[in-house]
Amino acid sequence: MEKLELYIHIPFCVQKCRYCDFVSFANCEEQFASYVDALCREIESCREKYSDYVISSVYIGGGTPSILSADQIQKITDSLFRNFNIVNTKERHKGLFLQKKIRPTTEFSIECNPGIVSKADFSAYKKAGINRISFGLQSAIDEELRTLGRIHTYEDFVRSFEDAREAGFDNINVDIMQAIPGQTMISWQMTLGQVGTWHPEHISAYSLIIEDGTDFQKWLKKGKTISGEERDGIFLPDGSVKMLPSEEEERDIYYFTRDMLEKSGYKRYEISNFAVPGFACSHNIGYWKRENYLGLGLHASSMVANVRWKNTDDLSAYIQDPENVHEEEQKLTVKEQMEEFMFLGLRLTQGITRTDFVNTFHRDIDLVYGPVLDDLYDQSMIEFAEDAIRLTQKGIDVSNQVLAEFLIDSKQES
Amino acid sequence: MNQENIRNFCIIAHIDHGKSTLADRIIEKTGTLTSREMQAQVLDNMDLERERGITIKAQAVRVIYKAQNGEEYVFNLIDTPGHVDFNYEVSRSLAACDGAVLVVDAAQGIEAQTLANVYMAIDHDLEVIPVINKIDLPSAEPERVIEEIEDVIGLEAHDAPLISAKNDINIEQVLEAIVERIPAPQGDASAPLQALIFDSIYDSYKGVIVFIRVREGTIKVGTTVKMMATGAEANVVEVGYFGAGKFIPCDGLTAGMVGYFTASIKNVRDTMVGDTVTDAQRPCSEPLPGYKKVQSMVYCGMYPADGAHYEDLRDALEKLKLNDASLNYEPETSVALGFGFRCGFLGLLHLEIIEERLEREYNLDLVTTAPSVIYKVMKTDGTMIDLTNPTNLPDPSEIEYMEEPMVEAEIMVTSDYIGPIMELCQERRGVYKEIEYIEANRAILRYDLPLNEIIYDFFDALKSRSRGYASLDYELKGYERSKLVKLDILINREEVDALSFIVHADSAYERGRKMCEKLKEEIPRHLFEIPIQAAIGSKIIARETVKALRKDVLAKCYGGDITRKRKLLEKQKEGKKRMRQIGNVEIPQKAFMSVLKLDDR
Repeated sequence: MEKLELYIHIPFCVQKCRYCDFVSFANCEEQFASYVDALCREIESCREKYSDYVISSVYIGGGTPSILSADQIQKITDSLFRNFNIVNTKERHKGLFLQKKIRPTTEFSIECNPGIVSKADFSAYKKAGINRISFGLQSAIDEELRTLGRIHTYEDFVRSFEDAREAGFDNINVDIMQAIPGQTMISWQMTLGQVGTWHPEHISAYSLIIEDGTDFQKWLKKGKTISGEERDGIFLPDGSVKMLPSEEEERDIYYFTRDMLEKSGYKRYEISNFAVPGFACSHNIGYWKRENYLGLGLHASSMVANVRWKNTDDLSAYIQDPENVHEEEQKLTVKEQMEEFMFLGLRLTQGITRTDFVNTFHRDIDLVYGPVLDDLYDQSMIEFAEDAIRLTQKGIDVSNQVLAEFLIDSKQES
Repeated sequence: MNQENIRNFCIIAHIDHGKSTLADRIIEKTGTLTSREMQAQVLDNMDLERERGITIKAQAVRVIYKAQNGEEYVFNLIDTPGHVDFNYEVSRSLAACDGAVLVVDAAQGIEAQTLANVYMAIDHDLEVIPVINKIDLPSAEPERVIEEIEDVIGLEAHDAPLISAKNDINIEQVLEAIVERIPAPQGDASAPLQALIFDSIYDSYKGVIVFIRVREGTIKVGTTVKMMATGAEANVVEVGYFGAGKFIPCDGLTAGMVGYFTASIKNVRDTMVGDTVTDAQRPCSEPLPGYKKVQSMVYCGMYPADGAHYEDLRDALEKLKLNDASLNYEPETSVALGFGFRCGFLGLLHLEIIEERLEREYNLDLVTTAPSVIYKVMKTDGTMIDLTNPTNLPDPSEIEYMEEPMVEAEIMVTSDYIGPIMELCQERRGVYKEIEYIEANRAILRYDLPLNEIIYDFFDALKSRSRGYASLDYELKGYERSKLVKLDILINREEVDALSFIVHADSAYERGRKMCEKLKEEIPRHLFEIPIQAAIGSKIIARETVKALRKDVLAKCYGGDITRKRKLLEKQKEGKKRMRQIGNVEIPQKAFMSVLKLDDR
């Protein structure tokens, strides 16, 4: 059976964060129930179409999925279990594993905002078949959390984390964010140190990117640091100015993170992701390895059998007719598939293998990318390890530049 | 029309003193156009001219004026370009006239080009009528300007019309002065044909349209004409005169008249400005004086940004050349830029205009190399070569000596800025000649300057260091021996031929250093460190480094939204395409013009 990952999007938040440009809405609780209904209808409609696929992971993301009630979450998960081949996340599926000899547990994650989930909620999630919690902490410094427009404090996180553990979750991720306006190496070390004391199985350390259309982008201006250096800063509405870390500081923060986490038993398996061995996020890895994935819910992206599409980002249209919401459907050409294979696969620390390339495309990788690989190797951006090709640390630092090299000029192709 | 009732004249002025506006008013007043037909500036035909506010090509218009004495007069108004680059065209336009209206701004007074134009008009024996314009400006000082005209130029100006062309004040006084003071043309309609070409344009239906002033004789449809300098002969298909913005055919043009003819001529090069047109069957005994072949003064390389558009660039240049006899080009290749053309221009403004027209009218994306003048290189084997491309400089061991073109420059400046301007001229290797106070607080500085010091950013520097109060006029003086060296630029240790330029040995260090600094700003950071070096021969004289890019990570995955990630990567790659790849280094197109922006004051 072919594998398929599921992504479920919950487009609601208590309050929009100042850096967020995802499709999500604040203050519309009256929509929750009808959205959940629509979502279940969409799930229902997929039953026949994906009956030949076995689900390899499920991820409920947002927005803030935990803004929904535990009952609503359970309604969604029940619908998923009824309509897809999801194995072994609940006790009652153990028999199926023994029969079919597929992987013992299917990873089933939900994103939670610290503070708004109770211990009872976690127990309900567990009962609903969810086995992995992902906390959006971002920072252990409350002032930084306020800068970001987060609604929780560090204390809220501590309480939620302990609640999740008590409810029996043994696979927990914590998202933390680098390059927060006003962040320094010292404040970062505090965040990292605090998170470390709770021993989450997985840590995602992303860098803030100032996206168009966000508050941060509106408030971005050139300012001066205390030492008089001109740099980008965020000019907050309360009149305070938070400078963005310099390129050098950010790099130092990144190196420090890697070194400290690796010393503490975490392994970096992807540019921004660290995990205790055995706990790498299989849903995340699926994206980089170009597994099939089906996105359900508002504005969710999908790729199945090399066709990509997105659901509409119009909430009322979705609620009205969730079965006809596909947009921007695009069959990937072989050229595009090869490009993706490279620029996605190389984000993993293990890189890609020549064998996988040949098996996937029936062409030798050197015939397609020989000169690019040579060039990047000469610049020490990539390294070769037997069959594998992967980014060096230098290559990771400037990965955008490196990955862009794998886009094939259309002229070249024809 | 009786020869007695023809007035051939032009309007001369310093740039921005209101020449074109006055021309508009004259056309309006003489009633050949209704107000509605008036575009803002009728004579400035091309879009580009309108935007830049300067007149590039000389043109002419014929209007009818009913004077106060009750008689009708034909006015042939010949427009002249206002920029020193086009001095020769100005002189030919003047040669087609019998008089000139001198427009002086009532606030600015006389400026360098005012003087240069007046002297040129007087050289052509034109009757010069001064007119004081912009008298309604709050800062207008007509009395002072009148005195200035009398004292400095020596023209009687006390009864000069005080006008505002913009606001239509006292324009009739100008028209009457033209009738009264400008002499009617002379010449015998039955004598052998002798006509001066003062402009020509290419039309894809009619071929070249030749603008002429008939001095002697008559030109008619069917006349076999001969261009005396180029030797080209052709049968006249059409003759006519200039309506406002259009051509109006007529039977013939006789001595004293201004108009045009066409004769299925394919190339403007056959009808050079300044040449004399005569009747091939009954030629005049000698050509009119003053013909000069136009020389390109400034050369630069022009390359398509995308090599695939080489053919398009060639076609575009061919078309522009049909209309612009002073544009020269020949193919060249550059290691850095591929296939392109070395193009010759009258000056930097001419270069910029052509560049803009290529980009705007022909939709071409261009890389232009630093402009260069023509150097003369005496080789040890006794041959002298003209060098238009620094890359072609022979090995120093083969060079006996080099010469560079010099100009005589006149800079008019208020006394407050004499110091800074003299300093500028010294920096630019100027040889001080004299200073002449034309008024208590205004002087003309005369310098001999190397042309290559003027073509870079001299105009800008002049304006910025004098807060706009200095004006420049210059004339080519000839060649002088000079201590010149070729400065090469190495990027990532590779010589970039398109960035080489010739510079005087004494300023080589300074220029090399500034060039490296400038390129450091222009070249984006790469994955590796890029040294930028300036060298004379094998000796490095300046160095800067573009530091390696340390961080560029796209950390977020956007929940499986791979399309978005792809778009970001594509944008990144697209940005690189707009650059030139030299070795491993991507150089933005505008970096090739960096040498023009080295004056940092």
